[in-house]
Amino acid sequence: MKSETRKVLFEPLVVNNPIIVQILGICSALAITSKLAPAVIMSIALTVVTACSNAAISAIRHYIPNNIRIIVQMTIIASLVIVVDQVLRAYAPEISKQLSVFVGLIITNCIVLGRAEGYAMKNPVWPSFLDGLGQGLGYSLILVALGATRELFGFGSLWGHQILPLVSEGGWYRPNSLMTLAPSAFFLVAMIIWAVRTWKHDQQESADYTIQVVHRTETQ
Amino acid sequence: MPRDKERPGYVLMVATLVCVACALLVSGAVVLLRPVQDRNALLQRQQNILAVAGLYQAGQPVDAQFARIEARVVDLASGDYVEGADAVRFDIPKVARDPQASAVVAADADVARIHRRPLRMPVFLVRGDSGLETVILPMHGYGLWSTMYAYVALDGRGERVKGVTFYSHAETPGLGAEIENPRWRESWVGKRLVGDDGTVRFDVAKGVPAADAAEFHVDAISGATLTANGVENMVHFWLGEQGYGPFLARLRSGGA
Repeated sequence: MKSETRKVLFEPLVVNNPIIVQILGICSALAITSKLAPAVIMSIALTVVTACSNAAISAIRHYIPNNIRIIVQMTIIASLVIVVDQVLRAYAPEISKQLSVFVGLIITNCIVLGRAEGYAMKNPVWPSFLDGLGQGLGYSLILVALGATRELFGFGSLWGHQILPLVSEGGWYRPNSLMTLAPSAFFLVAMIIWAVRTWKHDQQESADYTIQVVHRTETQ
Repeated sequence: MPRDKERPGYVLMVATLVCVACALLVSGAVVLLRPVQDRNALLQRQQNILAVAGLYQAGQPVDAQFARIEARVVDLASGDYVEGADAVRFDIPKVARDPQASAVVAADADVARIHRRPLRMPVFLVRGDSGLETVILPMHGYGLWSTMYAYVALDGRGERVKGVTFYSHAETPGLGAEIENPRWRESWVGKRLVGDDGTVRFDVAKGVPAADAAEFHVDAISGATLTANGVENMVHFWLGEQGYGPFLARLRSGGA
């Protein structure tokens, strides 16, 4: 694999992760990660949409008039999202019901439009496709981590299989209901950001200002 | 590459072409996938009905199992069957919105908070050697956040509960959504809903009920009082005169 390809594909996993570094796509990361299965399906849906929309937009990038480029990008993204939504409804109806509006909301997911505008408009088709794939995988990594943690501690299960026997079923594990609610994803995302910034010091931003000790000159 | 990409004529042409291409893509996907989606929805509904009747066997084809269920549509006011109506594809939310097929529920009688009630409802019957074994009644009512849709399976005389399932709702995960919990639903089995005098006595509450009320009592879920009230109200509404009351009366007199 060429180093450029590797960079495009793997940099978004940690170093330039869309959720924890670019802080995009937080809304869906909170909403559909209470269980692992919907998180995985959502990840696949977003990855497919980002990769395909990047490729399609890149293919016609020389023909898109500058004035209407955002509208053209949105039209293509929206069409792909509808197709993905219809496919999910046909072949994964249960999961599609759990994801409810969030598949449709991929249209407004900043990651997709951000990559279309920021990368696909300036790069050839194949790298654009890989970039979409890479960003999608970065998003997926966080979603799957959240989904797994929240389902394990919130329901004592993973992918629907009971791992920790619940008190209500005669076991010993008392589920943490906070994990089933959206705010827990905020805390988890924050902890992941904390961990990554401790590991990669260059991600720490310098403080906007520092409080300085001012030596006042006493006048009389 | 075109020389002047900002010329209005060119801009319009690109916009039109993109729209036509996207429209073809979207409508193609919808048309091709529609049959699969409809079939999934139907199978899911049949599976829910089989499961609440305690007949569902995983791994067996659902439509073959569903063949033993008799699907009928009931005219709620009279309690009579409507001939020739399709009960399996009966779309309850859609019918409840249709002004021709539904009626406004008076505010003081609207315990389930559904605003409009369908004039007809589907029911599902299981007949065995000893006559009618199971009657499955679809019900819906408002919980804390959402309309909860349920199937309640009763015995052949419409007296004791054989099963319940909530197949669509948006109650709080971990609290109200525990109405899906199999152990809680199991606690309904064998309960009576209607007293000897014909009043609906079913209740969902915390605490120990009076001795004579125990067979009408289901223990509420901790932390989900409003959802539990919604479930109780739903049952009260649907077993009452505005719901399946006339049909159940006919059932008890052996006329169904």
